[in-house]
Amino acid sequence: MNAITNYIKSLFLWELMKGLSLTGRYLFKSKITVQYPEEKTPLSNRFRGLHALRRYPNGEERCIACKLCEAVCPALAITIESAPRENDGTRRTSRYEIDLLKCIFCGFCEESCPVDSIVESRTFEYHGEQRGDLLMTKEKLLAQGDKVEQELAADRAYDARYR
Amino acid sequence: MPEIRNYTLNFGPQHPAAHGVLRLVLELDGEVIERADPHIGLLHRATEKLAETKPFNQSVPYMDRLDYVSMMCNEHAYVMAIERLLKIEPPIRAQYIRVMFDEITRILNHLLWIGAHALDIGAMTVFLYAFREREDLMDCYEAVSGARLHAAYYRPGGVYRDLPDRMPQYQESQWHNKKDVERFNRNRQSSLLDFIEDFTKRFPSYVDEYETLLTDNRIWKQRTVNVGVVSPERALQLGFSGPMIRGSGIEWDLRKKQPYEVYDKVDFDIPVGVNGDCYDRYLVRIEEMRQSNCIIKQCVDWLRANPGTVMIDDYKVAPPPREVMKSDMEALIHHFKLFSEGYCVPEGEVYAAVEHPKGEFGIYLISDGANKPYRLKIRAPGFAHLSAMDEMTRGHMIADVVAIIGTQDIVFGEVDR
Repeated sequence: MNAITNYIKSLFLWELMKGLSLTGRYLFKSKITVQYPEEKTPLSNRFRGLHALRRYPNGEERCIACKLCEAVCPALAITIESAPRENDGTRRTSRYEIDLLKCIFCGFCEESCPVDSIVESRTFEYHGEQRGDLLMTKEKLLAQGDKVEQELAADRAYDARYR
Repeated sequence: MPEIRNYTLNFGPQHPAAHGVLRLVLELDGEVIERADPHIGLLHRATEKLAETKPFNQSVPYMDRLDYVSMMCNEHAYVMAIERLLKIEPPIRAQYIRVMFDEITRILNHLLWIGAHALDIGAMTVFLYAFREREDLMDCYEAVSGARLHAAYYRPGGVYRDLPDRMPQYQESQWHNKKDVERFNRNRQSSLLDFIEDFTKRFPSYVDEYETLLTDNRIWKQRTVNVGVVSPERALQLGFSGPMIRGSGIEWDLRKKQPYEVYDKVDFDIPVGVNGDCYDRYLVRIEEMRQSNCIIKQCVDWLRANPGTVMIDDYKVAPPPREVMKSDMEALIHHFKLFSEGYCVPEGEVYAAVEHPKGEFGIYLISDGANKPYRLKIRAPGFAHLSAMDEMTRGHMIADVVAIIGTQDIVFGEVDR
């Protein structure tokens, strides 16, 4: 009996039909596709994307040039030079650069920063057209920070109890 | 009589079925393989040497990049080696989180494997379905660590952060109205644990779907049954591990034989094959996905009932919480010491192995008492499997090479390291 059923099943391509009916059912199911550039999949508030340097609410930059991020960076992507600032003599960075081509986005810089200055924002779409474009200078980092400060602050505030 | 010479064919390194950068020099007699000679090293990044130049902590993200489809398992072996040298034990909650994410990683890896393997052999749809599920799991990765692939989440002494209690949600757009978005967000209403639990409920039916498409499929069987047969004796002699040795019928699984973390507290079975061919290894991996699903479910239940700390409370090894670091001078000093100098690990050597989705992934670590490893050796399962390529392919057709590469589940990040 079993042999006969097997023979009939095999003759009428039973297992292939079963597979075909499965894919056929999916043809009419509602789709999960997301139309990427117009809409995006949700990002976690821990997302590690493009770097940014943050400021205090009064506009003062947070970074104090402790160089901890430079020390911890596994890819040696961060370069910092420090000097007293001209107007008030406080210790600040005179050069703060992140080479995005070296960076491995591990998030250690953010983890190490004692003043929450260097952070990784949710921005993940960026590009460079020339060699220097992917070298994030201090100006670019601060500009990125100013651009997404609200989001950065909200994400950090929410995640504070986990860290 | 004219001299008949074998035809030599270069397979890869830029062949889509070579799974990365495998260069295989095939000596052919017609279409039959006389000898297969894998050439490796095209993805060599000197991870072992790199680790010798960095404090222990800083090599964790490089471990992700070894086998880049099972990231957290690589990290696991590395942090376990350090923990054994330091003689510390992570909190029990961290151990459960690690086990849960190890199993999520196993499913991630097997999903990629089944998709790529089926695609190589000619079944397209499974790839699409497998990647749909991978999306959910990568969202778990992202929710917990902030990265979809290279997590850098396990740390010596625990895991970096506890599981989040909310999931990010889809937004309405011109393409998706409120109803669609509600459907997308249905399982994202509360914590990550609820999201994972919802996944474990759905996942068995997805595995059934893959099986509907493949297990009885005559084309699939023609391409895999009796291809690349390895006897149990040879599997042992060749140093196989993971699904490769279990496919040959040897019940060897480090999670059972040398339980680490909390694997002795969760309930699961080890599937084994009978014939040791590609089809049996396929069945073994399918069943492993179901077993992993079962382990995840147990971990979710435990984690939900037992909140607690996920990092050891030893500021010599683990950085203090940020709140403490900002208010306490001593904690700040520890913070600076840890992130600049790291910590010194007592002199000694240790071998820590985990049951990686591909087999036994081990880290052999020698410390001379400094803050960097003296030597780090990575035991990659894929390397041993790839060395058997010649033996497994000999006498088969060219097309079977693709099936055998698929069944070995080669990833060059770990083979070349």
